[in-house]
Amino acid sequence: MSAPSQLQLERLAYKRSRAQKSTVVALASTVVFAVAAWLTITNAPGWPRVQASFFDWETAKKSLPALLDGLWLNVRVLVVCGVLILVIGLAIAAVRTLRGPVWFPLRALAIAYVDLFRGLPLIICLYLIGFGLPGLRLSGIPNDPVVLGSIALVLVYSAYVAEVFRAGIESVHPSQLASARSLGLTHSQTMRIVVLPQAVRRVLPPLLNDFVAFQKDCGLISVLGAVDAVRAAQIESATSYNFTPYVVAGLLFVLLAVPSSRLADWVSRRAARRQNAGGPGA
Amino acid sequence: MLEVRNLVKRYGTHLVLDGVDLDVAEHEVVVLIGSSGSGKSTLLKCVNLLEEIDDGRIVLDGADISDPRTNPDHARRGMGIVFQAFNLFPHLNVLDNVMLAPKVVHKVPERQARDRAMELLAKVGLAEKAKAYPDRLSGGQQQRVAIARALAYEPKLLLLDEITSALDPELVGEVLTLVRELAASGTTLLMATHEMGFAKQVADRVCFLDGGALIESGPPSQILEAPEHPRTQQFLSRIIQAGRL
Ligand SMILES: Nc1ncnc2c1ncn2[C@@H]1O[C@H](COP(=O)(O)OP(=O)(O)O)[C@@H](O)[C@H]1O
Ligand SMILES: [Mg+2]
Repeated sequence: MSAPSQLQLERLAYKRSRAQKSTVVALASTVVFAVAAWLTITNAPGWPRVQASFFDWETAKKSLPALLDGLWLNVRVLVVCGVLILVIGLAIAAVRTLRGPVWFPLRALAIAYVDLFRGLPLIICLYLIGFGLPGLRLSGIPNDPVVLGSIALVLVYSAYVAEVFRAGIESVHPSQLASARSLGLTHSQTMRIVVLPQAVRRVLPPLLNDFVAFQKDCGLISVLGAVDAVRAAQIESATSYNFTPYVVAGLLFVLLAVPSSRLADWVSRRAARRQNAGGPGA
Repeated sequence: MLEVRNLVKRYGTHLVLDGVDLDVAEHEVVVLIGSSGSGKSTLLKCVNLLEEIDDGRIVLDGADISDPRTNPDHARRGMGIVFQAFNLFPHLNVLDNVMLAPKVVHKVPERQARDRAMELLAKVGLAEKAKAYPDRLSGGQQQRVAIARALAYEPKLLLLDEITSALDPELVGEVLTLVRELAASGTTLLMATHEMGFAKQVADRVCFLDGGALIESGPPSQILEAPEHPRTQQFLSRIIQAGRL
């Protein structure tokens, strides 16, 4: 590579100075906006009351251990349910790809399942499973609210994830399936070796988005009485007559979501880049 | 080798193959020509049992493979097929693409499958690309790998469906050269193509397909230079106008 010409050097210098100017402008406007927002809120007539009941430092410190204990439960539910949802969602999506009349009942069942649990509001599903299932008084049915809540979460989210996987499976070019079958691979080998690896790679970005949504929905098991971070905040705020624990719990959930959100961004950027680079198989 | 008798295929009510009879003898090179939508791809897919047929018989090496009692996964192993595009599995490297069927379907030991795959890649001139992923290959190279892969289990019959029509013009030659070598070494070939010049040189027989029916077939000199049927004449004059013969 030859040394850049005078013209190119001038161009680079100009671009650099313009970039510096934009940075300064962006910083300045952010600061101005933050200060204006801060002044507006703190000068509002009700601010002292709001500050005392939502942003009380002492209450925050006092409630933090209980909230962290609760969050640890959320994290455990998140991990266990996350794995179950992936496995069940993938299985349902795979069932929906089966062709031929023999598989009709199974396929119909999978479709009905997805329709039902994708349409059902999560909160209703939680109540039905959480209060209805133990109400049957069958032996072997758990009545731990954590387990019941997890069942409801898995039921609903598996339906979403199954649809995401199905979209991924259907995005694999038909010639790929035909190629695999023509090589003598069976349907299940074709799925396992050729289709699913491609499908999973393609749906990683939307899947991570669902994961971020799932992280906060884990907090809904509190409606069944499971002592997670949300429920802990409720208890703490009832004993302290202060809403600060809710704010702290909310912040904890946000902190939990930040890494997965950044990961989701990074993965979708990478996927987009690779798709542009790869082009069609022609 | 291959006998197709009265093959009928419908998509819904749309009759796509209307009683096709076709024979391919061992070591023969048969070229299917016909305008787009005439049913060439469908015919090849039916022969490879990738589509269910609505009537007729397909006999490969004396065995009726269209009999519902035959296992299609087994029957397909006697054939290889290469499509226009999207043949290679993008998440596997070239070597793994070629080794996949021998390893998974035929349970050939890893070592042996690898040696054989490298041998095939050398044959198509791409041994040095063994570890590359398909998106790092040109379209022509991808098609050559796809051919190597189709040959991995020594198929009795190789089906090629317009394997050069998605390629940039300067890449067509390398792929056709490979097909020519295969033909010369006695591979039995049934291929659909728009490359009339190539058909003229390599085909033992050319079959003209129109509206799902086999209108005319014979040696290339006859079909391409002195076709009898008006529809064949029409088709060829369009091709000549487009400058492709
Ligand atoms: N999967 C399919 N479903 C419905 N119609 C199809 C399908 N595949 C092909 N066809 C129709 O069958 C006819 C023949 O197609 P094809 O065999 O691809 O022709 P060719 O390969 O000669 O261009 C066309 O009219 C096409 O629209
Ligand atoms: Mg075609």
